[in-house]
Amino acid sequence: MNADKQLFTVSVYTENNIGLLNRISAIFQRRHINIESLNTSPSEIESVSRFTIVVNMTEENIKKIIGQIEKQVEVIKAYYHTEEEIIYQESCIFKMKSGLLFDERQIQNIIKESNARIVTVNRDFFVIEKSGRKEELELLYRELSVFGIMQFTRSGRIAVSKEEMKISTMLEAFQD
Amino acid sequence: MDTKTIKKETKNTETTVRISGSEAVVRCLLEEGVKVLYGYPGGAIMPVYDELYKYQDKIHHVLARHEQCAAHAAQGYARISGEVGVAIATSGPGATNLITGIADAQIDSTPLVCITGQVASHLLGSDAFQETDIVGISTPVTKWNCQVTKASDIPAVLAKAFYIAKSGRPGPVLVDITKDAQFEEFDFNYKKCSGIRSYTAVPKTEKASIEAAAKLINAAKKPLVVWGQGVILSEAEEAFKAVIEKAGIPSAWTILGASAIPTSHPLNVGMVGMHGNYAPNVLTNECDLLIAVGMRFDDRVTGNLATYAKQAKVIHFEIDPAEINKNVKADVAVLGDAKASLETILPLINENSHTEWHQEFKDLYAIEYEKVIKNDLYPTKEGLTMGEVLNQINIQSKGEAAIVSDVGQHQMIACRYAEFNQTKSNITSGGLGTMGFGLPAAIGAKMAKPEREVVSISGDGGYQMTIQELGTIFQQKAAVKVVVLNNDFLGMVRQWQQLFFDKRYASTEMVNPNFVAIAEGYYIRARKVTTREELVEAVAEMMASKEAYFLEVCVEKEDNVFPMIPTGASVSDIRLE
Repeated sequence: MNADKQLFTVSVYTENNIGLLNRISAIFQRRHINIESLNTSPSEIESVSRFTIVVNMTEENIKKIIGQIEKQVEVIKAYYHTEEEIIYQESCIFKMKSGLLFDERQIQNIIKESNARIVTVNRDFFVIEKSGRKEELELLYRELSVFGIMQFTRSGRIAVSKEEMKISTMLEAFQD
Repeated sequence: MDTKTIKKETKNTETTVRISGSEAVVRCLLEEGVKVLYGYPGGAIMPVYDELYKYQDKIHHVLARHEQCAAHAAQGYARISGEVGVAIATSGPGATNLITGIADAQIDSTPLVCITGQVASHLLGSDAFQETDIVGISTPVTKWNCQVTKASDIPAVLAKAFYIAKSGRPGPVLVDITKDAQFEEFDFNYKKCSGIRSYTAVPKTEKASIEAAAKLINAAKKPLVVWGQGVILSEAEEAFKAVIEKAGIPSAWTILGASAIPTSHPLNVGMVGMHGNYAPNVLTNECDLLIAVGMRFDDRVTGNLATYAKQAKVIHFEIDPAEINKNVKADVAVLGDAKASLETILPLINENSHTEWHQEFKDLYAIEYEKVIKNDLYPTKEGLTMGEVLNQINIQSKGEAAIVSDVGQHQMIACRYAEFNQTKSNITSGGLGTMGFGLPAAIGAKMAKPEREVVSISGDGGYQMTIQELGTIFQQKAAVKVVVLNNDFLGMVRQWQQLFFDKRYASTEMVNPNFVAIAEGYYIRARKVTTREELVEAVAEMMASKEAYFLEVCVEKEDNVFPMIPTGASVSDIRLE
């Protein structure tokens, strides 16, 4: 087992209950682990929620954390994956001064080459959206920051695993 | 009281009846077979108390003198009976006062249902009078918790609460009910909970793991069993005894595992851990197979993990998958209920006696006896020892008493020397180490098993943390025997200060009150003993008492508890002096 810290993406399937976020984040907090990103959303199964949590830690410790997450009554199943085992996306939004579109023509090239998208333009500002891997978003940020960014925000990671997660079979087994 | 509707309904829970949320709370408790609950009233829980008043011939509410003690009493009740303990409190400070007991129950896997009142739902989040986010506060220390804002949710939530508290690895749950939900009327009907889709109470036991474990046990030359409370919680005592007897394995216990098999059992080689017995600690690092049954390798048990049983293969019988490989890596993990697993493995293991291996335990016991035990139990010096008090209690109770200890030196002495013939007899705060636990827990234990002798043993420090519960003893006429081993010190901290802080006794000396006068103030018969000559007679008088009895024994001020594994040391580096 790799004893070095690395990024892990944790996927947690849960009942949709108030307070569960608190319960899950407390498990990381107890061990003094910083959560790099966190996203909650519906999952492929009706009424089942899905947490996607990114943390930087050793595999030995993530295994223990997964055990403690799964132990929570309203957690159906938890998985962890390395960067190679998942397909993931993050997205970000930039708000910039509209004048830049006319004064700094290379901005349009940057947008085109990075596969970003202009969401809206008005007299005062325009908004760029970009989805992709973390490095791509970071690159775009660096390229745009020289022109001055009015507002910037980036989402948590969302990810699917390459391997099947047998969550539906588990839930069906309970119905039987 | 209107008994008409109750009579009609208790037989048939499918029929509905229109009642208030607060009455529903009491009806749910009755459906779950609750006979006693511990608590303290207050504004946000008053509607439920009003119903408890109406139902007082069916359910007995015990007024504690502090909510923390209501929780501890419920713990004592649960630990001696194996049933779910119930505590109830109001919102705000009432709820926060429960937290220490809840945290204690969480780490010691005690089934507890705590019910708290909450401000009305329209006031939530507004910093209303006695509002506190008790669901948020209790989250890290509960197995499950839930806030109820609608009366119609009460039956299902409480059914779930009892199921979760008791099933699998037990633990505390908290249900927070807003005051408007208590007043609201709805159509009540109760269905017990028998499963939750996101929760596996008992993981499936793999047959292959049982076979692999049996193979290791049969091949082992020097096997050692360390059992914990899991044996007691799964009521696996007989199955456990059958396995160790057939395989002839020396077996040691964690503090919470004590009393699962009799102290006098020939295979019982004593306690492991920081103040445990010499032989099982030293030989943990010499066994070739370590068989852990229902225990979690707490740091007070293992000492330095880097040097813990490295030479041995490890089998871990465990109900909680999160415990596997948490602290000690298991070569074979047998998941599942201890009783079922032990019954399954019994026919697969070979008969054995391991005579030479047993001799090693006996040899080391002889060393410990000479250096420590003899002086603790049969001292020749002038001052009284805690050990000789325990010895007297053993003799005069014939090992039939339940010993409820507090936390500190006296606790280690009590666990080391108390003799137990019956299971569920050692009630103590193991994981959390909560000073003040003992006295209230003893009240709960005595009320759950009034036919048993329940002896509370505390130090002068912990006793004063919950001393007000003498009032509960008096009001309830609970015949608890209360022993305080008084050394005028916070003894365990003082011992550490002596050994590791160059005898700088920072804030450990206690200037104590007249304990006898205090007990007598509560109309409890009391006696103080300062000499060996009085001790035997005083313990006899205490044991003969049909009512509560307080006994203060003034012991040597600066005695230390040995053996001892210093923090960070290996179990085999245990010190005898």
